[in-house]
Amino acid sequence: MFSTAMLAGLALAYLLLLFAIAYAADRRAEAGRSVIGHAGVYALAMGVYCTAWTYFGSVGRAASSGLWFLPIYLGPSLAMVLAPVVLRKMVRVARTQRITSIADFIASRHGKSRLLAALVTVIAIVGIVPYVALQLKAVAAGIAVLAADESGAHGSVWWRDSTLLIALLLAGFTMAFGTRHLDSSERHEGLVAAIAFESLVKLLAFVAVGVFVTWWVFDGPADLFGQAAQRADLQRLFALDAGSSAGGRGGASWFTLTLLAMLSLWCLPRQFQIMVVENVDERHVSTAAWAFPLYLLAINLFVLPIALAGMLKLGDGGAGAEAYVLTLPMAFDAPWLAAAAFIGGLSAATGMVIVETIAVSTMVCNDLVLPLLLRSRHLQLRDWSRWTLWIRRAAIVSVMLLGYAYFRIAGEAYALVSIGLISFAAVAQFAPALLGGLFWRGGTRAGALAGLAIGFALWAYTLMLPSIVRSGWLAPDLLLHGPWAIAWLRPEQLFGLTGLDNLTHAMFWSLGANLAAYVGVALVAPPAAREASQALLFVDAMQGMGAPVFWRGQASVQGLQQLAARFLGAARTQRLFADHAGEHADPRLVQRVETELAAAIGSASARTMVASVTQEESLSTDDVMRIVEEASNLRAANEQLQSLDRLKDDFVSSVSHELRTPLTAIRALAELMVDDAAMDAAQRQHFLALIVAETQRLSRLVNQVLDLAKLESGHAQWRNEAVDLAALIDQAVQTTGELLRERGAMVKLDVQQPLPRPHADADRLMQVLVNLLSNAAKFVPADHGEVMVRARAVPGRVRLEVQDNGPGIPPAQREQVFERFRQADGGGKQPAGTGLGLPISRRIVEHLGGTLSLADTPGQGACFVVELPVDNDAR
Amino acid sequence: MTHTVLIADDEPNIVVSLEYLMKREGYAVHVARDGDAALAAIREIRPDLVLLDVMMPGKSGFEVCQAVRADDALAAVKILMLTAKGRDTDEAKGRALGADDYMTKPFSTRELAERVRRLLAGSA
Repeated sequence: MFSTAMLAGLALAYLLLLFAIAYAADRRAEAGRSVIGHAGVYALAMGVYCTAWTYFGSVGRAASSGLWFLPIYLGPSLAMVLAPVVLRKMVRVARTQRITSIADFIASRHGKSRLLAALVTVIAIVGIVPYVALQLKAVAAGIAVLAADESGAHGSVWWRDSTLLIALLLAGFTMAFGTRHLDSSERHEGLVAAIAFESLVKLLAFVAVGVFVTWWVFDGPADLFGQAAQRADLQRLFALDAGSSAGGRGGASWFTLTLLAMLSLWCLPRQFQIMVVENVDERHVSTAAWAFPLYLLAINLFVLPIALAGMLKLGDGGAGAEAYVLTLPMAFDAPWLAAAAFIGGLSAATGMVIVETIAVSTMVCNDLVLPLLLRSRHLQLRDWSRWTLWIRRAAIVSVMLLGYAYFRIAGEAYALVSIGLISFAAVAQFAPALLGGLFWRGGTRAGALAGLAIGFALWAYTLMLPSIVRSGWLAPDLLLHGPWAIAWLRPEQLFGLTGLDNLTHAMFWSLGANLAAYVGVALVAPPAAREASQALLFVDAMQGMGAPVFWRGQASVQGLQQLAARFLGAARTQRLFADHAGEHADPRLVQRVETELAAAIGSASARTMVASVTQEESLSTDDVMRIVEEASNLRAANEQLQSLDRLKDDFVSSVSHELRTPLTAIRALAELMVDDAAMDAAQRQHFLALIVAETQRLSRLVNQVLDLAKLESGHAQWRNEAVDLAALIDQAVQTTGELLRERGAMVKLDVQQPLPRPHADADRLMQVLVNLLSNAAKFVPADHGEVMVRARAVPGRVRLEVQDNGPGIPPAQREQVFERFRQADGGGKQPAGTGLGLPISRRIVEHLGGTLSLADTPGQGACFVVELPVDNDAR
Repeated sequence: MTHTVLIADDEPNIVVSLEYLMKREGYAVHVARDGDAALAAIREIRPDLVLLDVMMPGKSGFEVCQAVRADDALAAVKILMLTAKGRDTDEAKGRALGADDYMTKPFSTRELAERVRRLLAGSA
């Protein structure tokens, strides 16, 4: 047996360990060696989903109604199946919009509405504070169970109450590690590391108890389940339709619970905090998509065994079942395992309390307190950043104390005991605006407000009110006969709807009306400009839009700078404005300032503050659409520019390579001659000849580069006239005659007479023909080379072919040879070319309105085809 | 003992100058005109050093270098890469792939001779 003091000491020691872990993780992060850069830590931290309600309550639930504890974990697992679609998008949006809470997320999406943010915050407080109380109660109950020698922990004077001490310590922890920087979109590394550690502790502790019970108290699962099967009252727990509360309507209840748990994974402020705000790497989502369901499976594995063992060995399937995790080890002489189980429960409770408190305090600060303070004319502060931190710290302490007060007041009341699912149902009201806003462009501020208000009101009426009545705080008449004895207003049979369990009934009305209002109101009054622009930023977040700027008007850099300095501090403001001199701020800067402010004080307040220091033009929905279109056009133009830039870089690099090659030979040969005065005359002569050839190559290259540049820039001179092609071909063959003879190649002509005369620049066309002929000469076989030149009229055009009997060009390379500096891999040794002849030729022909291509001539060498347009009357 | 040097380059006039230079330095010289021929020659004659051009038809100098370094039997072969692309990233790539030295074209013949001497002295 333990004394209360021992247990309190144990709890304190554990909390100090948490401080140490968080502190160490923060220090490591500052040193650049982050511990939360690992996807596994992210998935573990998501385990904050499993609270003390899970840790103790699941066993209690299993003991009373069998497998009914499962939907609470099936739901999140299903939600994680959708993680790549839903969660990833939320992470992306939150990162780009610098969103720091679920209230901000919903408000920002629907036009940055302050009212909406405030409403979400109020719902969160009402739904969450009792849940915090439940966690504190679990800790107190744990101490009470283990310290049976004293008369219960929460009967003593308040300053001896260890639960209060723990609550205050948790507030201290949350303040220390949750409000280190003002910018709540900056990660709280230490906090996340501590939460991940807590997830690990509660899992290990719970599994340890499970293993102890299954293999120590019993002889393995077969023994345990075998004994349970012999007890008639336990058999029903194995059946899916078990559960006294569900009765014969198991299917609907099962569905409701699963859906509720699924929605709560996205809507619970603490889950949003861990999964979205604290996410450091979007890719972690894909790992968590399987790792988190695995965690849930592991922590649920021993729920049923522990419940069955407790009922078999300790009896009492009622309230005592929630403590089986503690009482079983105690009953079987393993007090230290019981202590470990207590620490596990403590970790489940504290993890939830810490993260929920920080999430709610951010909302309270940004969405309730700051808007009021900022509106006040008496309060004109120069530096809000310190204030904001203190408001946040005060909010943390308030939430914690509120939770503690609720726990002390409600005690064993039904309103506290049953709060788990009621709390889920409250935050589930966020789902239509949250998910609808993420995937439907049509959502509006008015729709979201209406949906949330109606949903919340119906939740309060159909779930919260009955729980208050059951606690004995209101007369039961209200439930039995309805207010003013109006039967169809009975909270649990609203409008005469019967045949459903309370939760399904409440979810049907609240969530149904919420969704209908969200969609219906938006359809009646379509989105205004700001709602439409925010909708685009959220719904199309994954399409990588080039961040369109939805702001127009006049703004002075100085005004913005002063504004930023008031909320962000001098250092960050300086960084933000580092590359912005001048007087007038461009819209992009205005938007940047607004986004940075949003990270510190929430998007709605940021919006108001920016509007207060600038002269804005209001945008219409058409303007929004135009801006989006411009942004996407701009992006396309940008991409084109970038690819042109790359092309230019490649070209410069290729040219330098081509220039260096002849230079290398020239320099090397010349140096050899300089160093070797005694070199014999023939050798020297040979080297000199090579140098001359390389010099010629160099000047040819320079000329061609310039020529190509001229053609490409459009500065080339063109003297177009009707050209006599037959004469031109003769002339070209003569010009290349020497080269062709050198290679031992025969030229055959097949020129149709008379040929139509294309309108072209004769010199340029000559350049093309000479290039094609000398190309052919390079590739013909040494002894029996043959070059064929054909010319004939085709409808509307004149067609000219130059074909060799060389190795030909494989189909895959047929377009490459027209690229700059890309020479075909001809078999064997090839005479050096510049790699620019064909690209230049193609440009010339295309400028003349024709085409230059390679014909398909398998096994017959390469055949270049020039086609030029001709006027039919220009014969 | 006479060292054997393989020249792997597709530019005939550069080969002429390198061949003259290496012979003058007293080495036995072999020539390969593309990447595949170079790799085959390296495997066959096991030269003490290869002057390896980066831009060659067939296999590039980088690929040849990688293949040589992957072959334990060729561990003793020194590789001096030559390139007309004077980018720092190319040099880093060459060294990462296991080249012993790296020179940019156009090079000084004296410096090249000196570096070859130094590499071969290390291997002897």
